[in-house]
Amino acid sequence: MDYVIEMLGIRKEFNGFVANDNITLQLARGEIHALLGENGAGKSTLMNVLFGLYQPEAGEIKVNGKPVHITNPNIANDLGIGMVHQHFMLVDTFTVTENIILGNEPKKLGTVNLKQAEQKVRELSEQYGLAVDPSAKIADISVGMQQRVEILKTLYRGAEILIFDEPTAVLTPQEIKELIQIMRALIKEGKSIILITHKLKEIMEVCDRVTVIRKGKGIGTVDVSETNPNHLASLMVGRDVTFTTEKTAAEPKQTVLEVRGLSVNDARGVQAVRDLDLEVRAGEIVGICGVDGNGQSELIEAITGLRKVSAGTIELNGKEITSFKPRKVTESGVAHIPQDRHKHGLVLDYPIGANMVLQTYYQKPFSKSGIMNYKEVYKKANTLIEEFDVRTPSETTLARALSGGNQQKAIIGREVDRNPDLLIAAQPTRGLDVGAIEFIHRRLIEQRDNGKAVLLLSFELDEIMNVSDRIAVIYEGQIVAVVDPKETTEQELGLLMAGSKRGAGERV
Amino acid sequence: MEKRKFGFAMSMVLAAGTILGACGGGEEEATDNGGGSGENTDKFTVAMVTDVGGVDDKSFNQSAWEGLQAFGEENGLEKGTDGYDYIQSKSDADYKTNLNTAVRNEFDLTYGIGYKLKPAIEEVAKQRTESQFAIVDDVVEGLDNVTSITFKEHEGSFLVGVVAGLQTKSDKIGFVGGIESDLINKFAGGFEAGVKAVNPDADVTIEFAGAFDKADKGQQMASAMYSSGIDIIYHAAGGTGNGVFAEAKSIKETDPEKEVWVIGVDRDQSEEGKVTVDGKEMNVTLTSMVKRVDLAVQDVAKKAMDGEFPGGEVIEYGLDAEGVSIAPTQDNLTEESIAAVDEWTEKIKNGEVEVPTVPSGK
Amino acid sequence: MSKKWAVLAVPVISVLLGLLAGAVIMLVSGNNPAAGYMALWNGAFGDSFYAGETLRQMTPYIFAGLAVAFAFRTGLFNIGVEGQLLVGWLASVWVGVAFELPKVIHLPLAVLAGAAAGAVWGFIPGFLKARLRVHEVIVTIMLNYTALHVTNHFIRNVISDGSDATDVVKESASLRSPFLENLTDFSSLHNGIFLAVIAAIIMWFLLEKTTLGYELRAVGYNQHASEYAGMNVNRNIILSMVISGAFAGIGGSMQGLGTFGNMFINSGFSGIGFDGIAVALLGGNTAVGVVLAALLFGALKVGSLNMPVESGVPNELVEIVIALIIFFVASSYMITWLLSRFKKKEAK
Repeated sequence: MDYVIEMLGIRKEFNGFVANDNITLQLARGEIHALLGENGAGKSTLMNVLFGLYQPEAGEIKVNGKPVHITNPNIANDLGIGMVHQHFMLVDTFTVTENIILGNEPKKLGTVNLKQAEQKVRELSEQYGLAVDPSAKIADISVGMQQRVEILKTLYRGAEILIFDEPTAVLTPQEIKELIQIMRALIKEGKSIILITHKLKEIMEVCDRVTVIRKGKGIGTVDVSETNPNHLASLMVGRDVTFTTEKTAAEPKQTVLEVRGLSVNDARGVQAVRDLDLEVRAGEIVGICGVDGNGQSELIEAITGLRKVSAGTIELNGKEITSFKPRKVTESGVAHIPQDRHKHGLVLDYPIGANMVLQTYYQKPFSKSGIMNYKEVYKKANTLIEEFDVRTPSETTLARALSGGNQQKAIIGREVDRNPDLLIAAQPTRGLDVGAIEFIHRRLIEQRDNGKAVLLLSFELDEIMNVSDRIAVIYEGQIVAVVDPKETTEQELGLLMAGSKRGAGERV
Repeated sequence: MEKRKFGFAMSMVLAAGTILGACGGGEEEATDNGGGSGENTDKFTVAMVTDVGGVDDKSFNQSAWEGLQAFGEENGLEKGTDGYDYIQSKSDADYKTNLNTAVRNEFDLTYGIGYKLKPAIEEVAKQRTESQFAIVDDVVEGLDNVTSITFKEHEGSFLVGVVAGLQTKSDKIGFVGGIESDLINKFAGGFEAGVKAVNPDADVTIEFAGAFDKADKGQQMASAMYSSGIDIIYHAAGGTGNGVFAEAKSIKETDPEKEVWVIGVDRDQSEEGKVTVDGKEMNVTLTSMVKRVDLAVQDVAKKAMDGEFPGGEVIEYGLDAEGVSIAPTQDNLTEESIAAVDEWTEKIKNGEVEVPTVPSGK
Repeated sequence: MSKKWAVLAVPVISVLLGLLAGAVIMLVSGNNPAAGYMALWNGAFGDSFYAGETLRQMTPYIFAGLAVAFAFRTGLFNIGVEGQLLVGWLASVWVGVAFELPKVIHLPLAVLAGAAAGAVWGFIPGFLKARLRVHEVIVTIMLNYTALHVTNHFIRNVISDGSDATDVVKESASLRSPFLENLTDFSSLHNGIFLAVIAAIIMWFLLEKTTLGYELRAVGYNQHASEYAGMNVNRNIILSMVISGAFAGIGGSMQGLGTFGNMFINSGFSGIGFDGIAVALLGGNTAVGVVLAALLFGALKVGSLNMPVESGVPNELVEIVIALIIFFVASSYMITWLLSRFKKKEAK
């Protein structure tokens, strides 16, 4: 086969920890090659080796059959390797063109020749069907567009091989579809692509071959046409994984959460939730699905007391909790797994044990007449760590040092342990790998089975479809439809999310 | 291996520090027990503790140091703990420490320069009854081992007031004081009286900077005064006064024709007033009220060396003892002013005129 | 071991590097570094008098350092320690001068007045930050100047009659200790040093052991998560500045009731509040660290006075050494990097 890139027997270690152990990845010309692995399996390390950020301890890299030494990213650039990072590296106040030429400005008599650059960006954009406006400001364009700017950046620098690092993590379902088209267009123009991901569906849809790594070791490379998601997942995790979470039919009981005519303004004072009605009953999971920015966050913040309500009422078990302070809401029986676990869910510089009592630290037995009893705190922490399989060296390890999945398990343990009547889970599996996702889904269903009400917010349609008992579609701050996951399709949900109304008689 | 080496090196440094410290302590003990006091019996030693202005304040700290240097030279002493030395204070909390350091180094006489050292001298002198102290610019009462040196600043200020009153063109005269106090009011009061004595129509504006070490503040105040038509400013503000000079000089630089003058204080400040405009050398210092801290310091040191230390006394140096006077540099003075100064000097000396020690408004 | 070791190593190495660089500068400027440092040592610990002076100088440093460290641990940068110290100083002296009470009441009352005044001065930026999101650095810097001029005005026009210093506080409000003075050969060491050590213990206990401390630190590390967890972030910001200001205010009491026994017109800042930032930084914002760093700073400040007398090294050099130490602490990143280099070599 004609390989543009060959990474042969790569080994990389950090202070005795082997991140990559004898990994081989061969990228054929004109293919989309997936690099699949759980979080922490060593995907990023391998790509950073290719990009010149790390030097391998052993192994060889060949580009177009010739051995090369990539000692820094500039060399990678010169070899035609470009990386589209998961976290965009863009200057918000610059235009698209300015961002693309940053560090590589075409000079004319000492001044930047912006016009020429803009022309080139426009041509590239048209060639690959990216539809990017070269003179738009980054701050004014959507996340999906920003990603295309990152792609343009690599193309502008003459990249022949593009590495996409978890590109769909930040995109809406529509944007994901468009990205897939763009990737196909790139291949058509003769580029080769490495796609780093742990989403099996994407691999099945777009990739030609897939290399799987697990715990730093290369497991092997398979043709996508000869495999299926279950097989890939078991390769990745090292055991059999179930996707469709097993669950019995829901037995909804009394109403736990009742939201009536709720209106909430966002941080800029614009109405984000308008006259919204929602009901969650004991023993059911209601999934809220919608494109990001349609009032989901504001809805949850209003329920949990973090945002002021401008109109409407929120009742929990028949008692009004509208505009309660967060602590009162918590004490009333609401638990909340926040969307952003680093920003809102954990104090990263606290030991994981201390994080386990973030809402209950002032209660007995953790606190007595104003004095903390850390012995009790850590005792509780140890129970939760064991029960929820949080992998941490010890309860005094800083939360920061834990992997994303283990951080999330800790949060869920903490929230579930309070035995709340209502559990709000906002994107509980974002950025997690298959194993962790499975664990978390099981826990959510377990709560439901224990007769609790669960409100799930997710941008992953699969998750919504799999876990929810009812799906509430949110669009422009209103619940536009409530559907039964067994009776709907992704297509229908996609349309509802985009604002097209269902037929009459199916109003909430 | 490397770490061990590094750790070893570090512990060596630490150990060296400890040893040095220990050695140091030991050595001082040796001087204490041995040579120190014996040597001091045949050689007179004297030290001064500055206030926060430091010995290069171009004012009374510096003047006192010049006096000590002259005294040392006269008597064949060397700078250091066996002769004469100064100890600088960096904050108000340092006075007591420094006075004690002087005592510990067995100086026969220790000066505290400036009224800010009064509480510290009072306290230390009570504790160290064997040592002799002198305070400049303030009075410590009831202690036999402290001499108080004060000056009749109002008399000297009166004379420069006479000069200002005669030589002003605008009949507007300014006074910039440091921190308002009895002492600085003596300057202001005498100056104002001197102006009024020869020029009753002249206006004297009296202002205080609130600090002795803020040249920028002095410059701001001078700028405001000059632009309001004032043509002569007398400053009694230590380092703050340097800003007055700076402002006058910068006015001269932009407009050499403009008549702006500064009257210096404590020392002959004609050096401070020198400015070269278009190759021509000019001087904005009209005259200075010289306070001979150096003479007073020399005088008291001499008395102490001769075994006649005037402990418990207050010595007031005035016109008669040449403790205050106008500066010897008189290039910018008119014949008329020089004559008038002589005339008023006589009048004050023979008691014909009583110079007030506070400004008229007080 | 490695982590705990690193925590200690960075400040210790910074200090050593600072001293080393100071030695180089002394050499270059034609002085004898050994003699200079010996004089420094003698001037700081040479005999009981100097040891007493060092401890006396250390006292307000501890309070200033604790104030900065406390605010810092709760996510706030209190640059206003200088101003809080000045108002605390004034308030204690005023209580010390104006009242006639038995010592058991008068002295605590005067210290509490200092704490209260500092707390009020800390409350203002805390409140403005909590309510209006005004950055505390700007407010505290401005309040430093306000404090300077307000206290000067009070001294001249309210507490005294046009004088530039207040009366000396009544014996019943004084921290002066004849016992300590005798012990240290008439140094101005006063009972405040005990208060300072107690304050350090209080800060440690408050932050590490109490429920309030758990909350304050959580807010300091991550305001958002604390808010999500139901903590009242605004209340914590205000409380933190108030407590920090109280520490600073008592630092002022140390000056007013101990070191000076009165207050006088300050033409500029004492610098203790600003040095407090360095003390806190060097001490890693921990109570024990602050006490040790304050001891170092006290020793450097007091010892430096002796350098010109004993060794002829100008004491400005000590300022340079202090500045270099702060520089090396601030660039602790560099030292951490150097340490990791050593470790790597060791591994190979």
